[in-house]
Amino acid sequence: MTTAPAKAGWRFRQPSVIPGFGLTLGFSLAYLTLIILIPLSGLVWRSASLGWTDFWAIATDRRTVKALEISFGTAFIAAAVNVVFGTIVAWVLVRYRFPGRRVIDAMVDLPFALPTAVAGIALTTLYSPKGWMGSLLAPLGIKVAYTPLGIVIALIFIGLPFVVRTVQPIIEEIDKEVEEAAATLGANRFQTIFRVLFPGLAPAVITGFALAFARGVGEYGSVIFIAGNLPYISEIAPLLIVIRLEEYDYAAATAIATIMLALSFLMLLIINLIQSRTRKRYG
Amino acid sequence: MEVRVSNVRKEFDRFPALRDVSLDIKSGELIALLGPSGSGKTTLLRLIAGLERPTRGTIFFGDEDASNRTIQERNVGFVFQHYALFRHMTVADNIGFGLKVRPSAKRPTRAEIRRRASELLDLVQLSGLEKRYPAQLSGGQRQRVALARAMAIEPRVLLLDEPFGALDAQVRRELRRWLREIHDATGHTTIFVTHDQEEALELADRVVVMSQGRIEQIGTADEVYDTPNSPFVYGFIGESSSLPVKVEDGQVWIADRPIGLAAPELTDGEATLYFRPHDIELLDECNGCIAGTVAASRRVAGTRRVELEIGGGRERVEIELPVGHPAAQKSRVAFRPKRWKVFPKVVE
Amino acid sequence: MADPELYPADAYHEHASLAVTERPLARAGLMFVAFAFLAIFLLLPLVVVFEQAFSRGIGAFLEAINEHDTIAAIKLTLLVAVISVPLNLVFGVAAAWAIAKFEFKGKAFLTTLIDLPFSVSPVISGLVYVLLFGASSLLGPWLKMHGIVILFAVPGIVLATVFVTFPFVARELIPLMQEQGTGDEEAALSLGANGWQTFWHVTLPNIKWGLLYGVLLCNARAMGEFGAVSVVSGHIRGMTNTMPLHVEILYNEYNAVGAFAVASVLAGLALVTLVLKTLLELRYGAEIAATRGH
Repeated sequence: MTTAPAKAGWRFRQPSVIPGFGLTLGFSLAYLTLIILIPLSGLVWRSASLGWTDFWAIATDRRTVKALEISFGTAFIAAAVNVVFGTIVAWVLVRYRFPGRRVIDAMVDLPFALPTAVAGIALTTLYSPKGWMGSLLAPLGIKVAYTPLGIVIALIFIGLPFVVRTVQPIIEEIDKEVEEAAATLGANRFQTIFRVLFPGLAPAVITGFALAFARGVGEYGSVIFIAGNLPYISEIAPLLIVIRLEEYDYAAATAIATIMLALSFLMLLIINLIQSRTRKRYG
Repeated sequence: MEVRVSNVRKEFDRFPALRDVSLDIKSGELIALLGPSGSGKTTLLRLIAGLERPTRGTIFFGDEDASNRTIQERNVGFVFQHYALFRHMTVADNIGFGLKVRPSAKRPTRAEIRRRASELLDLVQLSGLEKRYPAQLSGGQRQRVALARAMAIEPRVLLLDEPFGALDAQVRRELRRWLREIHDATGHTTIFVTHDQEEALELADRVVVMSQGRIEQIGTADEVYDTPNSPFVYGFIGESSSLPVKVEDGQVWIADRPIGLAAPELTDGEATLYFRPHDIELLDECNGCIAGTVAASRRVAGTRRVELEIGGGRERVEIELPVGHPAAQKSRVAFRPKRWKVFPKVVE
Repeated sequence: MADPELYPADAYHEHASLAVTERPLARAGLMFVAFAFLAIFLLLPLVVVFEQAFSRGIGAFLEAINEHDTIAAIKLTLLVAVISVPLNLVFGVAAAWAIAKFEFKGKAFLTTLIDLPFSVSPVISGLVYVLLFGASSLLGPWLKMHGIVILFAVPGIVLATVFVTFPFVARELIPLMQEQGTGDEEAALSLGANGWQTFWHVTLPNIKWGLLYGVLLCNARAMGEFGAVSVVSGHIRGMTNTMPLHVEILYNEYNAVGAFAVASVLAGLALVTLVLKTLLELRYGAEIAATRGH
């Protein structure tokens, strides 16, 4: 028995004694293709068969544009709010010791575990004019439920764990020596945090923002109850897709979905670029 | 700047990391804190820096009591074991950081900061690397940047925690020589922590040997090597052999025989004899010597290490023989240490 | 007394040195902000669910749960989870085996594809199946001819659920198995075990807690999915309504107690998931890949 000499050049797979490559990869690819790739390419194919004029007409329809603006705008604001408070929450959870820390830490994942529809009706009840929060805010002239502000609230709920869970491990990893170095060089605590620590957290914060933002753009269940769904005002893009589907306007639904996908991927791509650039530099 | 550590004790959770340590450091001295891990050397350095507060005792910078000064006010240059460079700042920004965070009244202009940074880079022989990020530097280069950054604030004392610990042997030796040059050129009072005796002995004006939260001995390289004042220092610095002995009538005895070493200043009783394996004279005849049979022998570079069984195999001791020495297995060798010390047995 | 060699180092980490802490006032301020934020955005909604569910007493709650359509929704939800979780479990293990134990071209791309459903809106996840199997699709007429019903029926709901929960098990296992390497498997093979024996006796015990963790998250999402399922279900009461969809219907009918009763069951499920998840992280943290975040 002879082993073939190692051939230089292209080889699909590195040799290995472990069995099961064909079976597992074959099954994985088949399953992936059936469940994900064929349906998704069906969407793209449908959208492509629309024709440029039709597609453009739907894309520039005022209601579509507004819905997309609302979806992306509210998701952006909610992600920004989460970046600020999520970072504070992560900091408190990592740096401070207090009774019940583990419980609070576990609770941060609630939005992952709680079905979105449940969150949706709970938030709506909470922020309706008669609800606990709504009745507090109403005298101040702040209306939350059935306004874009309500959408933002729902998306803050949905996006919070994305920020906390991306930033938290990076705060845990901060080398205490770095903070001490800043202090020995004369920096006060404020300067240490804002000039030394936060810039180091930036890549994680950007990632957390991106994840929360991406999730927020596509979010449906928690938003539709609290949003009020007024066209041009508080109607989100995913809801418009559902509405078009219910009107059997598959073309419009497909077009909006395609635009959403394209925009989301574009944003993720940009954020990935920013990240890989910072990573290259800071190592 | 003189640094005086006076009766300092430091406890962590009531566990004493330092027990009553006093140390006077002269202005411009280069001092090594040498000890095994857990000896308290890093704790002492961090106390001087102000990164920790002593449980008891005082630390003086010159005549001024620094104990209650915050770390920011102490103005010490600290080089961390893993350098702790700011990853998101360029080399120049790292070095200029300490100047940039000064209150605006005392802050130099941006141009001045830039000038200082490039001056220091020249000093640490890294000119031209201003725009690099720490990730783009080698370990040795990072070390130099860390030192330049610490010196930028014109510190009163320069403190280095295991400065060469993370570097490979070759770079280590180079940097060691270079640190000495920098020290001689700038004249900063410098204290560094190390567990590497070679580093401490080669580099420092004085070595502070520490063990279990106490200072064992303070002295020049010659002093701590040639006249160790405790069994610990004997064992920790350089190679040493030891034998249980007895002191009687000012003489050192092994079993029932005097071995020709006089110890008039010692009181009678059990003791331990320490000597360097290479610091011995071989004897042909034995009237007053240590004698034993060769139990094992191995070649170490230019010499031969021989393990002798003394007194019927109850004790073993290692000595160094010339390579040409005819000592073979089981053969008998007699010797007497040239330089040695006897410490009375510590009563537990 | 602790080992003096080790103790000072430990003590050093326990005692934050002077340079790395905030002043007590700043600490208190930050903690207040964090707690207030979490209380308003996480705790209050959770409390409201239970408060509303029991607002008319336990009798009204039980009545709402016992209602025929509600029970049908619970059954359907369980059925969907029972089908889709094992499917994604098998896929997750297979994909992780192929990706973690072998080096091949296009591995990184494949890993990215597996994560794809996370970046797709749930509504779009449902939409793609409507486009694939709907009346106006290529397959539509053929399916109709053969009497196969996928959309607005259980198969469609299962497919949409499988789509959205697709990555959970795989993305948990891939980093875990990559970290464990191939040493154990090679040892087992060298001792004469065949592939299946190696998997059952060596690999599976190594990954069981990570696997359980992934299944837990996958199950939580499968039972709670709303958007994707909503698009393909057709909302037929007692037939194609899962629990989250039933919550919506009841809520839109102004049956607050009913809606929140069903919601509280789902919230209870979420709490159980969180508790199990936390226990797994505490006890087997090292054996679970650190992929919290989805």
